[in-house]
Amino acid sequence: MTKLLIIIVSAIFVNNIVVTQFLGVCPFLGVSKKVESAIGMGAAVTFVLGLASAISWLVQKYILNQFEIGYLQTITFILVIAALVQFVEMVVRKFSPSLYNALGVYLPLITTNCVVLGVAIININENYSIIEAFTNGVANALGFTLALVLFAGIRERLDFANVPKVFKGIPIALVTAGLMSIAFMGFAGLM
Amino acid sequence: MNYWKEFSKGLLSDNPVLVMLLGMCSVLAVSTSVINALGMGFAATFVLVMANIVISSIRKIVPSNIRIPVYIVVIAGFVTIIELIMKAYVPDLYTSLGIFIPLIVVNCIILGRAEAFASKNGIIASLFDGLGMGLGYTIALCALAFFREVIGAGKLMGISLFGANFQPALIMILPPGAFITLGCMLAFLNKMQEKKAS
Repeated sequence: MTKLLIIIVSAIFVNNIVVTQFLGVCPFLGVSKKVESAIGMGAAVTFVLGLASAISWLVQKYILNQFEIGYLQTITFILVIAALVQFVEMVVRKFSPSLYNALGVYLPLITTNCVVLGVAIININENYSIIEAFTNGVANALGFTLALVLFAGIRERLDFANVPKVFKGIPIALVTAGLMSIAFMGFAGLM
Repeated sequence: MNYWKEFSKGLLSDNPVLVMLLGMCSVLAVSTSVINALGMGFAATFVLVMANIVISSIRKIVPSNIRIPVYIVVIAGFVTIIELIMKAYVPDLYTSLGIFIPLIVVNCIILGRAEAFASKNGIIASLFDGLGMGLGYTIALCALAFFREVIGAGKLMGISLFGANFQPALIMILPPGAFITLGCMLAFLNKMQEKKAS
């Protein structure tokens, strides 16, 4: 239980996947102009990453390790993730049109989101059990959502700020992300 | 010369990192030292060139509605090759780049070039496009790594530059430094462009 708690706090705050490990920076810069779209993206990633962590763990244990084909890890995981995203999209569209309307546009983007593949590989490298892997996946996705929503909130206000002309747009967003990263470093004392 | 144009556009005018803002994750993460940047740039260039060649040569036989999974499998295959090669011959570099080698698969530059260029153009043109984009990526990565390593550690390629009294600004090596340096670099490029335009 303590280990799970450590995994959760570490993934959300101390080693936040976006601002300290640089995974998922593309959607972080791309989808963070509005708070609502940040929440939608975060929810979609949480959903997929929880499933992907558990499934990739099972694939690693019962297929790759069983047949000693660990070197196919990268190629297998990306296919599992791509198939999973497609599958989730179909299921959500069939059973919950309202959820599909909210998450639909973000789902296809998740295949190439490095958070998902990254966390799946980290789970294996850290020798997590399936429960720890699932927890780590969900917690990392929540960390991603937290960073995305906070950043979107800042960027909405940044539109009205009087920044130098050359810094407008992405440059000031990157500097802001840097300041946010400094703030997250404050959590390092927790562990 | 047509091929020269395909090659040179990746270096500056369409630089994948500094202009198109693709593949930021790996750029920010591995730019802690120039050696890492060169290793990562080389690995990505290899995958980019090989994937472009293969995708360009199969572009006429792949049905268009399953092309993305096919491209991803091709790219993942080459990433596995470079991963195994690096593990065998440069284990130190492999360890310090860590998870970012398998993550070349989801680097948007590679899938982006496959979709935008290699799936529409001939093999030789795709080769030069991949080479140019890969070098452009490496240049951006090395420039960022240069500033971070010199200011953050007082070193260049692992060699101490300023003697023992130099107090390095540690923040540049830590994650915030990556974001802030890249932001300033982009702003500087904007400034240059503004000057050129006026």
